[in-house]
Amino acid sequence: MTPILQVRNLTKRYGPGCARCLESTGARRETNQCPRCRSILACREVAFELYPGEVLGIVGESGSGKSTVVRLLHFDFEPTTGEFFLSLNGNGAPKIDPGQNLFGLSAFHRRQVRNARMGIVYQNARMGLRMKVSAGGNIAERLLMAGWRHVGRMRERASGLLEQTEVPVERMDELPRNFSGGMQQRVQIAKALSTHPAVLLLDEVTTGLDVSVQARVLDLIRGLQQDLGVATIVVSHDLGVIRLLTSRTIVMRHGCIVEEGLSDQILEDPQHPYTQLLVNSTL
Amino acid sequence: MTPRMPSRASAPPADWRDSLPPAEGRYSYAFLDEGAKREIRRRMLKAVAIPGCQVPFGSREMPIARGWGTGGLQLTLALIGPEDVLKVIDQGADDSVNAVNIKKFVTRVTGVAVTTDTAAATLIQTRHRIPEEPLRPNQLLIFQVPIPEPLRLVEPSERETRRMHAEADYSRMWLYLYEDIVKFNEITVGARYPVLVNRRHLMDPSPIPRWDLPKLDRGEALFLFCAGREKRIYAVPPYTEVQPLAFEDFAFRVEAFAGRRCARCGSVGTYLDEVIDDATGRRTYSCSDTAFCEKALRGNSVKEARPSGEDRA
Repeated sequence: MTPILQVRNLTKRYGPGCARCLESTGARRETNQCPRCRSILACREVAFELYPGEVLGIVGESGSGKSTVVRLLHFDFEPTTGEFFLSLNGNGAPKIDPGQNLFGLSAFHRRQVRNARMGIVYQNARMGLRMKVSAGGNIAERLLMAGWRHVGRMRERASGLLEQTEVPVERMDELPRNFSGGMQQRVQIAKALSTHPAVLLLDEVTTGLDVSVQARVLDLIRGLQQDLGVATIVVSHDLGVIRLLTSRTIVMRHGCIVEEGLSDQILEDPQHPYTQLLVNSTL
Repeated sequence: MTPRMPSRASAPPADWRDSLPPAEGRYSYAFLDEGAKREIRRRMLKAVAIPGCQVPFGSREMPIARGWGTGGLQLTLALIGPEDVLKVIDQGADDSVNAVNIKKFVTRVTGVAVTTDTAAATLIQTRHRIPEEPLRPNQLLIFQVPIPEPLRLVEPSERETRRMHAEADYSRMWLYLYEDIVKFNEITVGARYPVLVNRRHLMDPSPIPRWDLPKLDRGEALFLFCAGREKRIYAVPPYTEVQPLAFEDFAFRVEAFAGRRCARCGSVGTYLDEVIDDATGRRTYSCSDTAFCEKALRGNSVKEARPSGEDRA
Protein backbone atom coordinates (compact mmCIF):
# COMPACT_ATOMS: atom_id res chain seq x y z
CA MET A 1 0.00 0.00 0.00
CA THR A 2 1.40 3.37 -0.95
CA PRO A 3 1.13 6.17 1.60
CA ILE A 4 -1.12 9.12 0.73
CA LEU A 5 1.11 11.50 2.63
CA GLN A 6 4.80 11.29 3.36
CA VAL A 7 6.94 13.61 5.47
CA ARG A 8 10.70 13.44 5.69
CA ASN A 9 13.27 15.34 7.68
CA LEU A 10 10.84 18.07 8.74
CA THR A 11 12.56 20.73 10.84
CA LYS A 12 11.34 24.12 11.99
CA ARG A 13 13.87 26.33 13.70
CA TYR A 14 13.25 29.73 15.26
CA GLY A 15 16.53 31.58 15.58
CA PRO A 16 19.84 31.89 13.75
CA GLY A 17 20.86 28.23 14.02
CA CYS A 18 24.36 26.80 14.27
CA ALA A 19 26.21 23.60 13.35
CA ARG A 20 25.52 22.00 16.73
CA CYS A 21 21.79 22.72 16.93
CA LEU A 22 20.64 19.24 15.98
CA GLU A 23 23.03 17.25 18.15
CA SER A 24 22.47 19.36 21.25
CA THR A 25 18.67 19.35 21.23
CA GLY A 26 15.97 16.69 21.22
CA ALA A 27 14.41 14.20 23.58
CA ARG A 28 17.75 12.71 24.64
CA ARG A 29 19.09 16.14 25.59
CA GLU A 30 15.82 17.03 27.33
CA THR A 31 15.50 20.39 25.56
CA ASN A 32 14.44 21.93 22.28
CA GLN A 33 16.66 24.97 22.66
CA CYS A 34 20.22 24.94 21.36
CA PRO A 35 22.51 25.92 24.26
CA ARG A 36 24.98 27.58 21.94
CA CYS A 37 22.92 29.79 19.59
CA ARG A 38 19.71 29.83 21.68
CA SER A 39 17.61 28.78 18.65
CA ILE A 40 14.40 26.89 19.34
CA LEU A 41 13.83 23.74 17.30
CA ALA A 42 10.05 23.44 17.39
CA CYS A 43 10.27 20.18 15.49
CA ARG A 44 13.37 18.44 14.24
CA GLU A 45 13.87 15.73 11.63
CA VAL A 46 10.30 14.51 11.90
CA ALA A 47 9.39 11.76 9.44
CA PHE A 48 6.22 9.71 9.07
CA GLU A 49 3.69 8.37 6.57
CA LEU A 50 -0.06 8.43 6.43
CA TYR A 51 -1.94 5.71 4.54
CA PRO A 52 -5.32 6.08 2.78
CA GLY A 53 -8.24 5.92 5.22
CA GLU A 54 -5.94 5.79 8.22
CA VAL A 55 -6.25 7.90 11.38
CA LEU A 56 -2.88 8.84 12.79
CA GLY A 57 -2.54 10.33 16.25
CA ILE A 58 0.19 12.72 17.33
CA VAL A 59 0.43 12.95 21.08
CA GLY A 60 2.75 14.87 23.37
CA GLU A 61 2.93 17.56 26.00
CA SER A 62 2.59 21.28 25.26
CA GLY A 63 5.60 22.55 23.35
CA SER A 64 6.50 19.14 21.98
CA GLY A 65 6.03 20.37 18.43
CA LYS A 66 2.88 18.46 17.48
CA SER A 67 0.88 21.50 16.40
CA THR A 68 3.91 22.87 14.55
CA VAL A 69 4.00 19.68 12.47
CA VAL A 70 0.37 19.87 11.33
CA ARG A 71 0.53 23.58 10.67
CA LEU A 72 3.63 23.09 8.55
CA LEU A 73 1.72 20.45 6.60
CA HIS A 74 -1.09 22.98 6.12
CA PHE A 75 1.47 25.52 4.82
CA ASP A 76 0.58 27.99 7.57
CA PHE A 77 4.25 28.87 7.75
CA GLU A 78 7.50 27.85 6.11
CA PRO A 79 9.61 24.93 7.38
CA THR A 80 13.36 25.33 7.80
CA THR A 81 14.00 22.05 6.00
CA GLY A 82 11.82 19.16 5.04
CA GLU A 83 10.15 17.20 2.30
CA PHE A 84 6.44 16.66 1.95
CA PHE A 85 4.82 14.40 -0.62
CA LEU A 86 1.13 13.97 -1.22
CA SER A 87 -0.46 11.66 -3.75
CA LEU A 88 -2.93 13.90 -5.47
CA ASN A 89 -5.16 11.65 -7.49
CA GLY A 90 -8.81 12.51 -7.58
CA ASN A 91 -10.75 15.10 -9.46
CA GLY A 92 -10.29 18.78 -8.81
CA ALA A 93 -6.70 18.28 -7.73
CA PRO A 94 -4.06 20.42 -9.37
CA LYS A 95 -1.69 18.55 -11.66
CA ILE A 96 1.48 18.02 -9.69
CA ASP A 97 4.19 15.44 -10.12
CA PRO A 98 3.86 12.90 -7.25
CA GLY A 99 7.62 13.07 -6.71
CA GLN A 100 7.41 16.81 -6.18
CA ASN A 101 8.33 18.09 -2.72
CA LEU A 102 5.36 20.32 -1.85
CA PHE A 103 7.52 22.59 0.30
CA GLY A 104 9.42 23.44 -2.89
CA LEU A 105 6.31 24.75 -4.66
CA SER A 106 5.46 28.42 -5.02
CA ALA A 107 3.04 29.95 -2.54
CA PHE A 108 0.42 30.03 -5.30
CA HIS A 109 0.65 26.31 -6.01
CA ARG A 110 0.81 25.40 -2.32
CA ARG A 111 -2.43 27.32 -1.85
CA GLN A 112 -4.00 25.36 -4.69
CA VAL A 113 -2.91 22.05 -3.20
CA ARG A 114 -4.20 23.08 0.20
CA ASN A 115 -7.53 24.27 -1.13
CA ALA A 116 -8.10 21.16 -3.18
CA ARG A 117 -6.76 18.41 -0.94
CA MET A 118 -6.52 19.49 2.70
CA GLY A 119 -8.80 20.54 5.50
CA ILE A 120 -7.82 21.70 8.95
CA VAL A 121 -9.68 22.16 12.22
CA TYR A 122 -7.92 24.32 14.79
CA GLN A 123 -8.20 24.22 18.55
CA ASN A 124 -9.34 27.81 18.59
CA ALA A 125 -12.26 28.45 16.24
CA ARG A 126 -11.01 32.01 15.84
CA MET A 127 -8.09 30.68 13.83
CA GLY A 128 -10.17 28.61 11.48
CA LEU A 129 -13.28 30.76 11.10
CA ARG A 130 -13.93 34.36 10.19
CA MET A 131 -16.00 35.62 13.08
CA LYS A 132 -17.48 38.51 11.10
CA VAL A 133 -18.72 36.26 8.29
CA SER A 134 -21.77 33.98 8.58
CA ALA A 135 -21.32 30.25 9.20
CA GLY A 136 -22.50 29.52 5.66
CA GLY A 137 -20.10 32.16 4.35
CA ASN A 138 -17.21 30.49 6.15
CA ILE A 139 -17.94 27.26 4.33
CA ALA A 140 -18.53 29.15 1.08
CA GLU A 141 -15.09 30.76 1.40
CA ARG A 142 -13.42 27.39 0.96
CA LEU A 143 -15.69 26.57 -1.96
CA LEU A 144 -14.92 29.97 -3.52
CA MET A 145 -11.21 29.24 -3.13
CA ALA A 146 -11.78 26.00 -5.00
CA GLY A 147 -13.43 27.97 -7.83
CA TRP A 148 -17.16 27.60 -7.09
CA ARG A 149 -19.12 30.52 -8.54
CA HIS A 150 -22.77 29.56 -8.02
CA VAL A 151 -24.41 30.95 -4.89
CA GLY A 152 -27.33 28.50 -4.91
CA ARG A 153 -25.12 25.43 -5.22
CA MET A 154 -22.72 26.74 -2.56
CA ARG A 155 -25.58 27.26 -0.14
CA GLU A 156 -26.89 23.79 -0.90
CA ARG A 157 -23.49 22.28 -0.16
CA ALA A 158 -23.05 24.36 2.99
CA SER A 159 -26.45 23.43 4.39
CA GLY A 160 -25.78 19.75 3.60
CA LEU A 161 -22.50 19.90 5.48
CA LEU A 162 -24.02 21.72 8.45
CA GLU A 163 -26.72 19.08 8.62
CA GLN A 164 -24.07 16.39 8.55
CA THR A 165 -22.16 18.08 11.38
CA GLU A 166 -25.37 18.61 13.38
CA VAL A 167 -25.45 22.40 13.26
CA PRO A 168 -29.03 23.75 12.94
CA VAL A 169 -29.29 24.69 9.27
CA GLU A 170 -31.62 27.60 10.03
CA ARG A 171 -28.69 29.29 11.82
CA MET A 172 -26.55 29.09 8.68
CA ASP A 173 -26.59 32.84 8.05
CA GLU A 174 -25.74 33.76 11.62
CA LEU A 175 -22.27 34.86 12.70
CA PRO A 176 -20.26 32.07 14.33
CA ARG A 177 -19.40 34.30 17.26
CA ASN A 178 -23.01 33.85 18.39
CA PHE A 179 -22.42 30.09 18.52
CA SER A 180 -21.27 27.97 21.42
CA GLY A 181 -17.75 26.51 21.40
CA GLY A 182 -19.00 23.09 20.34
CA MET A 183 -21.02 24.53 17.48
CA GLN A 184 -18.06 26.59 16.32
CA GLN A 185 -15.98 23.42 16.17
CA ARG A 186 -18.72 21.75 14.13
CA VAL A 187 -18.76 24.65 11.68
CA GLN A 188 -14.97 24.35 11.41
CA ILE A 189 -15.31 20.64 10.67
CA ALA A 190 -17.97 21.36 8.03
CA LYS A 191 -15.66 23.95 6.48
CA ALA A 192 -12.71 21.55 6.47
CA LEU A 193 -14.78 18.84 4.78
CA SER A 194 -16.41 21.12 2.20
CA THR A 195 -14.04 20.42 -0.69
CA HIS A 196 -13.70 16.65 -0.07
CA PRO A 197 -10.15 16.81 1.25
CA ALA A 198 -7.78 13.89 0.87
CA VAL A 199 -6.22 14.67 4.23
CA LEU A 200 -7.94 16.09 7.28
CA LEU A 201 -5.84 17.73 10.00
CA LEU A 202 -7.40 18.00 13.47
CA ASP A 203 -5.37 20.18 15.81
CA GLU A 204 -6.60 19.74 19.42
CA VAL A 205 -10.23 19.89 18.30
CA THR A 206 -11.80 19.07 21.65
CA THR A 207 -9.50 21.02 23.95
CA GLY A 208 -11.42 23.71 25.76
CA LEU A 209 -14.83 22.08 25.32
CA ASP A 210 -16.70 20.61 28.27
CA VAL A 211 -16.84 16.84 28.58
CA SER A 212 -20.32 16.20 27.18
CA VAL A 213 -19.70 18.44 24.17
CA GLN A 214 -16.29 16.80 23.71
CA ALA A 215 -17.99 13.43 23.53
CA ARG A 216 -20.44 14.61 20.89
CA VAL A 217 -17.75 16.23 18.75
CA LEU A 218 -15.64 13.08 18.98
CA ASP A 219 -18.66 11.00 18.06
CA LEU A 220 -19.23 13.21 15.05
CA ILE A 221 -15.62 12.94 13.91
CA ARG A 222 -15.66 9.17 14.29
CA GLY A 223 -18.92 8.93 12.36
CA LEU A 224 -17.65 11.12 9.55
CA GLN A 225 -14.41 9.18 9.51
CA GLN A 226 -16.30 5.92 9.01
CA ASP A 227 -18.59 7.39 6.35
CA LEU A 228 -16.03 9.29 4.33
CA GLY A 229 -12.88 7.29 5.02
CA VAL A 230 -10.73 10.37 4.78
CA ALA A 231 -7.13 10.02 5.97
CA THR A 232 -6.80 12.02 9.16
CA ILE A 233 -4.08 13.30 11.47
CA VAL A 234 -5.33 13.89 15.01
CA VAL A 235 -3.19 16.04 17.26
CA SER A 236 -4.01 15.88 20.94
CA HIS A 237 -2.49 15.82 24.38
CA ASP A 238 -5.48 13.82 25.53
CA LEU A 239 -4.86 10.07 25.45
CA GLY A 240 -8.62 9.46 25.61
CA VAL A 241 -9.06 11.18 22.27
CA ILE A 242 -6.17 9.23 20.82
CA ARG A 243 -7.59 5.93 22.07
CA LEU A 244 -11.03 6.70 20.69
CA LEU A 245 -10.10 8.00 17.25
CA THR A 246 -6.76 6.69 16.08
CA SER A 247 -5.34 3.43 14.90
CA ARG A 248 -1.67 4.42 14.90
CA THR A 249 0.12 6.95 17.11
CA ILE A 250 3.27 9.01 17.16
CA VAL A 251 4.59 10.26 20.50
CA MET A 252 6.52 13.52 20.34
CA ARG A 253 8.74 15.23 22.86
CA HIS A 254 11.05 18.24 22.50
CA GLY A 255 10.40 18.31 18.77
CA CYS A 256 11.33 14.63 18.21
CA ILE A 257 9.35 11.49 17.59
CA VAL A 258 10.20 9.27 20.57
CA GLU A 259 7.85 6.38 19.92
CA GLU A 260 5.64 5.21 17.08
CA GLY A 261 3.25 2.31 16.81
CA LEU A 262 -0.31 1.01 16.98
CA SER A 263 -2.38 3.09 19.36
CA ASP A 264 -3.46 0.16 21.55
CA GLN A 265 0.09 -1.05 21.81
CA ILE A 266 1.39 2.35 22.82
CA LEU A 267 -1.30 2.88 25.38
CA GLU A 268 -1.08 -0.63 26.87
CA ASP A 269 2.62 -1.27 26.60
CA PRO A 270 4.60 1.95 26.30
CA GLN A 271 8.31 1.46 25.67
CA HIS A 272 9.82 4.92 25.93
CA PRO A 273 10.12 6.34 29.48
CA TYR A 274 8.30 9.51 28.47
CA THR A 275 5.40 7.56 26.98
CA GLN A 276 5.23 5.49 30.14
CA LEU A 277 5.03 8.71 32.15
CA LEU A 278 2.35 10.05 29.85
CA VAL A 279 0.23 6.90 30.05
CA ASN A 280 0.62 6.67 33.81
CA SER A 281 -0.32 10.28 34.40
CA THR A 282 -3.82 9.94 32.92
CA LEU A 283 -6.48 10.43 35.53
CA MET B 1 6.47 112.38 12.51
CA THR B 2 5.90 108.74 13.19
CA PRO B 3 8.36 106.55 11.36
CA ARG B 4 6.75 105.27 8.22
CA MET B 5 6.62 101.63 7.44
CA PRO B 6 8.76 100.91 4.42
CA SER B 7 6.17 101.27 1.74
CA ARG B 8 5.51 98.53 -0.77
CA ALA B 9 4.57 99.36 -4.31
CA SER B 10 2.38 102.37 -3.90
CA ALA B 11 -0.49 100.99 -5.97
CA PRO B 12 -0.94 97.23 -6.47
CA PRO B 13 -0.83 96.22 -10.13
CA ALA B 14 -4.20 95.71 -11.75
CA ASP B 15 -3.57 91.96 -11.92
CA TRP B 16 -0.80 90.50 -9.82
CA ARG B 17 -0.07 87.97 -12.53
CA ASP B 18 1.16 90.77 -14.78
CA SER B 19 4.13 91.30 -12.49
CA LEU B 20 5.25 87.68 -12.83
CA PRO B 21 7.51 86.54 -15.64
CA PRO B 22 5.69 84.47 -18.29
CA ALA B 23 4.77 80.92 -17.28
CA GLU B 24 6.90 79.32 -20.02
CA GLY B 25 10.05 80.59 -18.45
CA ARG B 26 9.29 79.68 -14.87
CA TYR B 27 8.40 76.01 -15.20
CA SER B 28 9.50 73.30 -17.52
CA TYR B 29 6.85 72.40 -20.07
CA ALA B 30 3.76 70.94 -18.34
CA PHE B 31 4.86 71.97 -14.85
CA LEU B 32 6.56 68.67 -13.86
CA ASP B 33 10.33 68.52 -14.17
CA GLU B 34 11.68 66.21 -16.85
CA GLY B 35 12.84 63.61 -14.32
CA ALA B 36 9.37 63.33 -12.84
CA LYS B 37 7.76 63.00 -16.24
CA ARG B 38 10.23 60.33 -17.24
CA GLU B 39 9.57 58.35 -14.07
CA ILE B 40 5.80 58.55 -14.46
CA ARG B 41 6.02 57.47 -18.10
CA ARG B 42 8.21 54.52 -17.16
CA ARG B 43 5.73 53.46 -14.48
CA MET B 44 2.90 53.80 -16.98
CA LEU B 45 4.68 51.50 -19.41
CA LYS B 46 4.96 48.89 -16.69
CA ALA B 47 1.29 49.34 -15.81
CA VAL B 48 0.29 48.83 -19.45
CA ALA B 49 2.48 45.74 -19.66
CA ILE B 50 0.71 44.13 -16.66
CA PRO B 51 -2.96 45.05 -17.10
CA GLY B 52 -4.68 45.86 -13.83
CA CYS B 53 -1.55 45.60 -11.69
CA GLN B 54 -0.89 48.55 -9.38
CA VAL B 55 2.54 50.05 -9.96
CA PRO B 56 3.93 52.34 -7.24
CA PHE B 57 5.42 55.68 -8.28
CA GLY B 58 6.82 58.81 -6.65
CA SER B 59 3.77 61.04 -6.48
CA ARG B 60 4.79 64.70 -6.75
CA GLU B 61 3.50 67.66 -4.81
CA MET B 62 0.96 69.44 -7.01
CA PRO B 63 -0.50 72.91 -6.77
CA ILE B 64 -3.89 71.35 -5.91
CA ALA B 65 -4.66 69.38 -2.78
CA ARG B 66 -4.24 65.60 -2.59
CA GLY B 67 -7.61 64.04 -3.22
CA TRP B 68 -8.55 66.61 -5.86
CA GLY B 69 -7.17 64.73 -8.81
CA THR B 70 -3.42 65.00 -8.31
CA GLY B 71 -2.95 61.48 -9.66
CA GLY B 72 -4.85 62.09 -12.86
CA LEU B 73 -3.18 65.47 -13.22
CA GLN B 74 0.30 64.00 -13.00
CA LEU B 75 -0.50 61.47 -15.73
CA THR B 76 -2.02 64.22 -17.89
CA LEU B 77 1.05 66.42 -17.46
CA ALA B 78 3.45 63.55 -18.13
CA LEU B 79 1.61 62.59 -21.33
CA ILE B 80 0.52 65.90 -22.83
CA GLY B 81 2.19 67.43 -25.87
CA PRO B 82 1.61 70.68 -27.74
CA GLU B 83 -0.66 69.03 -30.35
CA ASP B 84 -2.96 67.44 -27.79
CA VAL B 85 -6.55 68.51 -27.29
CA LEU B 86 -7.61 68.24 -23.67
CA LYS B 87 -10.99 67.50 -22.13
CA VAL B 88 -11.52 67.33 -18.38
CA ILE B 89 -14.72 66.03 -16.83
CA ASP B 90 -15.90 65.69 -13.27
CA GLN B 91 -18.82 63.25 -12.75
CA GLY B 92 -19.56 63.67 -16.44
CA ALA B 93 -19.68 67.48 -16.34
CA ASP B 94 -17.23 69.69 -18.21
CA ASP B 95 -17.99 72.82 -16.24
CA SER B 96 -17.75 71.81 -12.57
CA VAL B 97 -15.15 73.49 -10.34
CA ASN B 98 -12.68 70.61 -10.28
CA ALA B 99 -12.74 70.16 -14.05
CA VAL B 100 -12.50 73.88 -14.81
CA ASN B 101 -9.57 74.43 -12.45
CA ILE B 102 -7.59 71.49 -13.78
CA LYS B 103 -8.26 72.63 -17.35
CA LYS B 104 -7.12 76.16 -16.53
CA PHE B 105 -3.98 74.94 -14.87
CA VAL B 106 -3.00 72.60 -17.69
CA THR B 107 -3.54 75.24 -20.36
CA ARG B 108 -1.47 77.73 -18.37
CA VAL B 109 1.52 75.42 -18.14
CA THR B 110 1.23 73.90 -21.63
CA GLY B 111 -0.92 76.14 -23.81
CA VAL B 112 -2.80 73.17 -25.32
CA ALA B 113 -6.27 73.55 -26.74
CA VAL B 114 -9.21 72.46 -24.61
CA THR B 115 -12.51 71.08 -25.77
CA THR B 116 -15.74 69.71 -24.35
CA ASP B 117 -16.31 67.51 -27.39
CA THR B 118 -15.39 63.92 -26.54
CA ALA B 119 -14.73 63.03 -30.17
CA ALA B 120 -12.34 65.97 -30.66
CA ALA B 121 -10.24 65.32 -27.55
CA THR B 122 -7.03 63.28 -27.64
CA LEU B 123 -6.55 63.28 -23.89
CA ILE B 124 -9.44 63.08 -21.44
CA GLN B 125 -8.98 63.36 -17.71
CA THR B 126 -12.00 62.14 -15.82
CA ARG B 127 -13.35 61.83 -12.34
CA HIS B 128 -15.90 59.06 -11.76
CA ARG B 129 -17.33 58.73 -15.28
CA ILE B 130 -16.53 57.42 -18.74
CA PRO B 131 -17.95 59.58 -21.54
CA GLU B 132 -21.06 58.18 -23.25
CA GLU B 133 -19.61 58.62 -26.71
CA PRO B 134 -17.47 55.57 -27.62
CA LEU B 135 -13.73 56.24 -27.41
CA ARG B 136 -11.43 55.65 -30.34
CA PRO B 137 -7.98 54.03 -30.51
CA ASN B 138 -6.05 57.31 -30.56
CA GLN B 139 -7.64 58.60 -27.37
CA LEU B 140 -6.39 58.34 -23.79
CA LEU B 141 -8.70 58.28 -20.82
CA ILE B 142 -7.09 59.18 -17.50
CA PHE B 143 -8.95 58.39 -14.29
CA GLN B 144 -8.54 60.12 -10.97
CA VAL B 145 -8.55 57.35 -8.35
CA PRO B 146 -9.16 57.83 -4.62
CA ILE B 147 -8.51 54.24 -3.44
CA PRO B 148 -6.61 52.06 -5.91
CA GLU B 149 -6.78 48.88 -3.81
CA PRO B 150 -9.97 46.88 -4.47
CA LEU B 151 -9.15 44.53 -1.59
CA ARG B 152 -8.95 47.35 0.96
CA LEU B 153 -12.62 46.72 1.63
CA VAL B 154 -11.86 43.29 3.05
CA GLU B 155 -8.23 43.56 4.17
CA PRO B 156 -6.65 46.58 5.86
CA SER B 157 -3.04 45.41 5.60
CA GLU B 158 -1.13 46.47 2.48
CA ARG B 159 1.34 43.64 2.92
CA GLU B 160 -1.50 41.13 2.95
CA THR B 161 -3.30 42.64 -0.07
CA ARG B 162 -0.06 42.54 -2.04
CA ARG B 163 0.33 38.87 -1.20
CA MET B 164 -3.27 38.27 -2.27
CA HIS B 165 -2.63 39.95 -5.63
CA ALA B 166 0.62 38.03 -6.11
CA GLU B 167 -1.11 34.71 -5.51
CA ALA B 168 -4.36 35.72 -7.29
CA ASP B 169 -6.13 34.89 -4.03
CA TYR B 170 -9.35 36.83 -4.39
CA SER B 171 -11.62 34.54 -2.37
CA ARG B 172 -12.09 37.22 0.31
CA MET B 173 -13.58 39.61 -2.24
CA TRP B 174 -15.86 36.87 -3.57
CA LEU B 175 -16.83 36.07 0.02
CA TYR B 176 -17.75 39.72 0.55
CA LEU B 177 -20.08 39.54 -2.46
CA TYR B 178 -21.52 36.22 -1.23
CA GLU B 179 -22.29 37.75 2.17
CA ASP B 180 -23.89 40.71 0.44
CA ILE B 181 -26.19 38.35 -1.44
CA VAL B 182 -27.04 36.43 1.75
CA LYS B 183 -27.92 39.65 3.56
CA PHE B 184 -29.66 41.64 0.82
CA ASN B 185 -30.35 39.09 -1.90
CA GLU B 186 -28.31 41.16 -4.36
CA ILE B 187 -24.86 42.67 -4.71
CA THR B 188 -25.10 46.13 -3.19
CA VAL B 189 -21.78 47.50 -4.46
CA GLY B 190 -22.61 50.63 -6.46
CA ALA B 191 -19.60 52.56 -7.66
CA ARG B 192 -16.09 51.07 -7.36
CA TYR B 193 -17.36 47.67 -8.45
CA PRO B 194 -14.39 45.24 -8.46
CA VAL B 195 -13.38 43.91 -11.87
CA LEU B 196 -11.01 41.18 -13.00
CA VAL B 197 -8.64 42.43 -15.70
CA ASN B 198 -7.23 40.05 -18.27
CA ARG B 199 -8.46 37.15 -16.06
CA ARG B 200 -5.67 37.84 -13.61
CA HIS B 201 -5.63 41.05 -11.57
CA LEU B 202 -8.49 42.31 -9.46
CA MET B 203 -8.79 46.03 -10.12
CA ASP B 204 -10.63 48.99 -8.68
CA PRO B 205 -12.11 50.82 -11.68
CA SER B 206 -12.25 54.07 -9.60
CA PRO B 207 -15.71 55.15 -8.43
CA ILE B 208 -17.33 55.01 -11.85
CA PRO B 209 -20.92 53.73 -11.80
CA ARG B 210 -21.54 50.10 -12.79
CA TRP B 211 -23.08 51.59 -15.94
CA ASP B 212 -19.61 52.43 -17.27
CA LEU B 213 -17.94 49.06 -16.64
CA PRO B 214 -18.97 47.44 -19.95
CA LYS B 215 -17.15 50.30 -21.72
CA LEU B 216 -13.88 49.17 -20.11
CA ASP B 217 -14.22 45.65 -21.49
CA ARG B 218 -12.23 45.39 -24.74
CA GLY B 219 -12.37 49.17 -25.15
CA GLU B 220 -10.46 50.71 -28.03
CA ALA B 221 -8.84 53.52 -26.03
CA LEU B 222 -6.06 53.18 -23.47
CA PHE B 223 -7.39 53.58 -19.94
CA LEU B 224 -4.93 54.88 -17.37
CA PHE B 225 -5.60 55.15 -13.64
CA CYS B 226 -3.64 57.09 -11.09
CA ALA B 227 -4.02 57.70 -7.37
CA GLY B 228 -1.88 60.65 -6.30
CA ARG B 229 -2.35 60.24 -2.58
CA GLU B 230 -1.90 56.46 -2.63
CA LYS B 231 0.93 56.72 -5.20
CA ARG B 232 -0.24 53.99 -7.58
CA ILE B 233 -0.58 53.81 -11.36
CA TYR B 234 -2.46 51.07 -13.21
CA ALA B 235 -3.86 50.63 -16.66
CA VAL B 236 -6.24 48.75 -18.94
CA PRO B 237 -4.68 48.53 -22.42
CA PRO B 238 -6.95 48.53 -25.49
CA TYR B 239 -8.87 45.34 -26.27
CA THR B 240 -8.28 43.89 -22.79
CA GLU B 241 -10.92 41.75 -21.13
CA VAL B 242 -12.43 43.45 -18.09
CA GLN B 243 -14.99 41.33 -16.24
CA PRO B 244 -16.96 42.54 -13.22
CA LEU B 245 -17.08 39.89 -10.48
CA ALA B 246 -20.41 38.08 -10.64
CA PHE B 247 -21.87 34.72 -9.70
CA GLU B 248 -23.42 32.30 -12.17
CA ASP B 249 -26.83 32.77 -10.58
CA PHE B 250 -26.39 36.45 -9.64
CA ALA B 251 -25.30 38.16 -12.81
CA PHE B 252 -23.71 41.61 -12.94
CA ARG B 253 -26.25 44.34 -13.57
CA VAL B 254 -25.85 47.97 -14.54
CA GLU B 255 -28.05 50.68 -13.07
CA ALA B 256 -31.58 50.54 -14.46
CA PHE B 257 -33.39 53.76 -15.34
CA ALA B 258 -36.70 52.08 -16.12
CA GLY B 259 -37.12 53.74 -19.49
CA ARG B 260 -36.58 57.25 -18.12
CA ARG B 261 -35.16 59.82 -20.50
CA CYS B 262 -33.13 62.98 -20.13
CA ALA B 263 -35.45 65.93 -19.50
CA ARG B 264 -33.10 68.20 -21.44
CA CYS B 265 -32.11 66.36 -24.60
CA GLY B 266 -34.56 63.47 -24.51
CA SER B 267 -31.89 60.77 -24.78
CA VAL B 268 -32.66 57.25 -23.60
CA GLY B 269 -29.86 54.87 -22.68
CA THR B 270 -27.47 57.31 -21.05
CA TYR B 271 -26.46 57.46 -17.41
CA LEU B 272 -28.94 59.84 -15.78
CA ASP B 273 -28.58 62.15 -12.79
CA GLU B 274 -31.62 62.68 -10.63
CA VAL B 275 -32.36 66.36 -10.12
CA ILE B 276 -34.85 67.38 -7.44
CA ASP B 277 -36.31 70.84 -7.65
CA ASP B 278 -36.00 72.40 -4.17
CA ALA B 279 -39.10 74.55 -4.58
CA THR B 280 -41.55 72.08 -6.10
CA GLY B 281 -39.93 68.81 -5.03
CA ARG B 282 -40.32 67.51 -8.57
CA ARG B 283 -37.85 64.90 -9.75
CA THR B 284 -36.37 65.22 -13.19
CA TYR B 285 -33.54 63.34 -14.83
CA SER B 286 -30.78 64.64 -17.04
CA CYS B 287 -27.70 63.17 -18.70
CA SER B 288 -24.71 62.97 -16.40
CA ASP B 289 -22.46 63.49 -19.44
CA THR B 290 -23.09 67.18 -20.21
CA ALA B 291 -21.11 67.22 -23.46
CA PHE B 292 -23.14 64.30 -24.79
CA CYS B 293 -26.33 66.07 -23.73
CA GLU B 294 -25.33 69.26 -25.59
CA LYS B 295 -24.49 67.30 -28.69
CA ALA B 296 -27.78 65.40 -28.59
CA LEU B 297 -29.64 68.66 -28.09
CA ARG B 298 -27.96 70.19 -31.15
CA GLY B 299 -28.56 67.02 -33.14
CA ASN B 300 -32.26 67.10 -32.22
CA SER B 301 -32.64 70.71 -33.32
CA VAL B 302 -30.89 69.92 -36.60
CA LYS B 303 -33.21 66.98 -37.08
CA GLU B 304 -36.24 69.08 -36.36
CA ALA B 305 -35.08 71.50 -39.05
CA ARG B 306 -34.77 68.56 -41.48
CA PRO B 307 -37.89 66.46 -41.00
CA SER B 308 -36.68 63.81 -43.47
CA GLY B 309 -33.69 62.98 -41.22
CA GLU B 310 -33.36 59.23 -41.51
CA ASP B 311 -29.96 58.87 -39.86
CA ARG B 312 -30.46 58.52 -36.16
CA ALA B 313 -27.89 60.02 -33.81
